Amino acid sequence: MKARVHVMLKNGVLDPQGEAVRHALGAMGFDGVSGVRQGKVIDLDLADGTSEETVRQMCEKLLANTVIESFTIEMGQG
Amino acid sequence: MRAAVIVFPGSNCDRDMGVALRAAGADVSMVWHKDAELPQGVDLVAIPGGFSFGDYLRCGAIAANSPVSRAIIAHAQRGGYVLGVCNGFQVLTETGLLPGALMRNAGLKFICKDVALTVETTQSDFTNAYRQDQILHFPVAHHDGNYQAENAVLDELEGEGRVAFKYVDTPNGSARDIAGVLSANKRVLGLMPHPERAVDVAHGGTDGSPLFGALVQALTLA
Repeated sequence: MKARVHVMLKNGVLDPQGEAVRHALGAMGFDGVSGVRQGKVIDLDLADGTSEETVRQMCEKLLANTVIESFTIEMGQG
Repeated sequence: MRAAVIVFPGSNCDRDMGVALRAAGADVSMVWHKDAELPQGVDLVAIPGGFSFGDYLRCGAIAANSPVSRAIIAHAQRGGYVLGVCNGFQVLTETGLLPGALMRNAGLKFICKDVALTVETTQSDFTNAYRQDQILHFPVAHHDGNYQAENAVLDELEGEGRVAFKYVDTPNGSARDIAGVLSANKRVLGLMPHPERAVDVAHGGTDGSPLFGALVQALTLA
């Protein structure tokens, strides 16, 4: 089974990389981009029956730094 | 005084740290990250700079979960001393031994230069050989040195005298110009600038020497 974890900086935490991307888009002529936030997507191949709770613990202990980052989990099939 | 310098794959300031501690009079052993126990009788654990595990996932995140890190956390929880410099500071925040996080530099560039710092507290065994507000010059070399924490945490650090050093001219966007912070018991210090690269005239300065000297003195008497 698979799971997909999205890790994003928390709201209110300045994202210098996202800001740099926003500036670059503006410089390329893409008007109207008022914000860019950059995060990570982590795909996990898991033993069948792994619980979402286990994945949540993986996120809290390693995959995300919950001081500055939030995460969401999508439990997938196959 | 017995010091252990931790070596992760990708550490690159471990030997400099060892040289600085030996010059101050410490008995230094190098400890590989897979060792689950620290050598007997270690007074100080030094976590050096570098790019442990290639900075994969987040700087210091993999190192903070390696076998030796469990021993370092236990050492700190027993009241042991820990010094983390640069990547070592990132490891300490990732373990939770120090609050906050080190984010990408605000200017997005890797910064490698000498910086001026002020001594914000002399009430620790790391900083008691300096004068309050003394200006020091240490090199910095980092891409992720932008110290951030919630305002309440920053207020607490400042209120409890746990900010050890501030930048005179912040190069990386750090909140409140913070360059180094102490744990609540003042026995764990993390800082981005490199005191171990300022302990010899040939380095261009010796402002780091009093930090190592004070530590060795405090832990030799202890």
